[in-house]
Amino acid sequence: MRFQPIDQYSAGLKADTRASVYQSTKSTHEKRTKLLFDQFAAPDRLRELAGEIKQHAIENLDTYLPQVEARLKANGAQVHWAGTAESACAAVLKIMRDRGATKMVKAKTMVSEEIELAHYLEKHGLEALETDLGEFIVQIDDDHPSHIVRPIIHKNRREIATSFEREGLGAYNDDPGTITRRARHFLRHKYLEADVGLTGANFVSAESGRIVLVTNEGNSRFCLAATKCHIALVGIEKIVPRDRDLSILLNLLGRSGTAQDLTVYTEFISGPKSPAQPDGPEEMHVIFVDNGRTEVLASDCREILRCIRCGACLNVCPVYRQASGHAYRSVYPGPVGAVLSPLLMKDKFPQKADLPKASSLCGACNEVCPVNIPIPDLLLRLRNRAKEENVPSPGTPPMGAWALMASQPTAWKAALAGGKLLNYVPTKLIPVPALQAWADKRALPAWRGGEFRKWMRQRAQ
Amino acid sequence: MTDDREAIFSRVRGALAPLRERAPLPQYDADMAVLRKMIAGRDLAELLAERMKRVSAHAYTSAAAVADFLKAGGWTRGYCDPALWPQLAPHFGAGFTVETDFDRKRVDDYAFGITRAAGAVAESGTIVLNDAATSRRLAALAPWVHIAVVERAAIFSDLTQAVAALGQDRNVIWVTGPSKTADVEGILIEGVHGPGVQIALIV
Repeated sequence: MRFQPIDQYSAGLKADTRASVYQSTKSTHEKRTKLLFDQFAAPDRLRELAGEIKQHAIENLDTYLPQVEARLKANGAQVHWAGTAESACAAVLKIMRDRGATKMVKAKTMVSEEIELAHYLEKHGLEALETDLGEFIVQIDDDHPSHIVRPIIHKNRREIATSFEREGLGAYNDDPGTITRRARHFLRHKYLEADVGLTGANFVSAESGRIVLVTNEGNSRFCLAATKCHIALVGIEKIVPRDRDLSILLNLLGRSGTAQDLTVYTEFISGPKSPAQPDGPEEMHVIFVDNGRTEVLASDCREILRCIRCGACLNVCPVYRQASGHAYRSVYPGPVGAVLSPLLMKDKFPQKADLPKASSLCGACNEVCPVNIPIPDLLLRLRNRAKEENVPSPGTPPMGAWALMASQPTAWKAALAGGKLLNYVPTKLIPVPALQAWADKRALPAWRGGEFRKWMRQRAQ
Repeated sequence: MTDDREAIFSRVRGALAPLRERAPLPQYDADMAVLRKMIAGRDLAELLAERMKRVSAHAYTSAAAVADFLKAGGWTRGYCDPALWPQLAPHFGAGFTVETDFDRKRVDDYAFGITRAAGAVAESGTIVLNDAATSRRLAALAPWVHIAVVERAAIFSDLTQAVAALGQDRNVIWVTGPSKTADVEGILIEGVHGPGVQIALIV
């Protein structure tokens, strides 16, 4: 194989897709940084604090999970547990069948992507309609999201207009305002017809059992205003200890993800609707999903469970900006995905063991992370695991000769002296595919081997 | 399902057992996420109006001004919380058709909805709604224009205060500007599923 899998995908990416992914991630990242540093004296201290709060929460899930279960039940919600994707899907199906429900409207939830819920329900003859504009377009195109908060960052308006025309949502019109208005008109009647509204959860407070949901479009609110039954799919790592911790995390989430002080709608749900309220769910179910998370918790990469899915690490990542999200072949792309996706594969880890290698370890992902996850360290631990498990590594040049040279001082010195020859070698002609691919877009600087040692010797005198 | 519960709990315990120590819950001053410089010395209603403008929402202090705004936009048919309408009706006058019951079968007939807010947050330009104050969740969401009636005394300075005051209501929602998306090519469009125009009437 000539390239690593992520490079292969990236090489085939259309130039305008690459340009639009690059532009929009870069601009969101820049706005994020400006906002945080304009408003807070020490934003990095806030990120560290948020990381400490979440780390505490995941290292005490044995205390907090029973606590949140008790709170939710006391608030009038029904609590379910799903060890696997199949079990989570089955739990949703059972709730719908028990109610005689046939139609679901869905707000955006990454867990539902992870367990492929919509396909499962459709297979069982039930309707499950995505309502987030981006996810709706992903669904009608039978595509996959390519960014955690911007699912259709890889599509342009012409493609979307063509899809809308094909689905009978009006004659071709690629004005983003018209596209949005058509979706508004189509979807609002779907909410009102639906039996069940499904959401995820951004946070769950163990103290109060409050589920916190953030959206900009208002689609999850519509699900909870129009339907009579609310199902929340929640990864077990979404717990935060107390309500007061929510203000730290909410202050960081919007700013990190989309450079907003707050997302437009921030909803705190602690049970079915109040008895006097005419609109909203009379029944609320919370399904806590494991699906590999306890294995991540048991691993030396448990810090990744702090993630609050803001997408800041995708926006800043030089690899994501070039490769876009589908290159990661996973629900979770970008730096967080390069850690989380292989781990969630459980015993099929080797299938995605290449992802942790698709990083220059520049550290930008750690610097922007609102919960300060040391992603580069975790990538290294996963590379190590791949090596220990003897996972084949296509597209990576063998390093044996290098190891031999670097461990023998005389060999090293000889290599430094001999390195000058490199200045005369036509790099592009060397028949090593990885080297040719590299040299295709770049040139080597002139060899200056040994200069540093010379400088050190002079300095020591 | 009960099997899943036991299995998950036992895997969690198993995963955490080898940890020699657990990360402690950090102690911190909740004030550290508050934008003190922005809030200090400000009248909260004025700051709220200023911050709402920044998220392209509107704040008014007179019902007549809201009525003029609606009329200018051509939004003359709508819903109003029955408890609020007696005080607001004199400012609206003829030319408006206002219902105090919301019929979900005619969701598109209402160009505006007027409901009570539970409060507001000045720092972020946010309106706080809850089940107790909102006469109909749908009426505050489905019409193109939402007008939230906010009492001056119920304006919090910052989010940290607003979180501390979440209280016992089963559903609290913070609304910061009109519903929006940037899903299509990153271009900002307002009014996706919720209101395209968000107004606070501060009384």
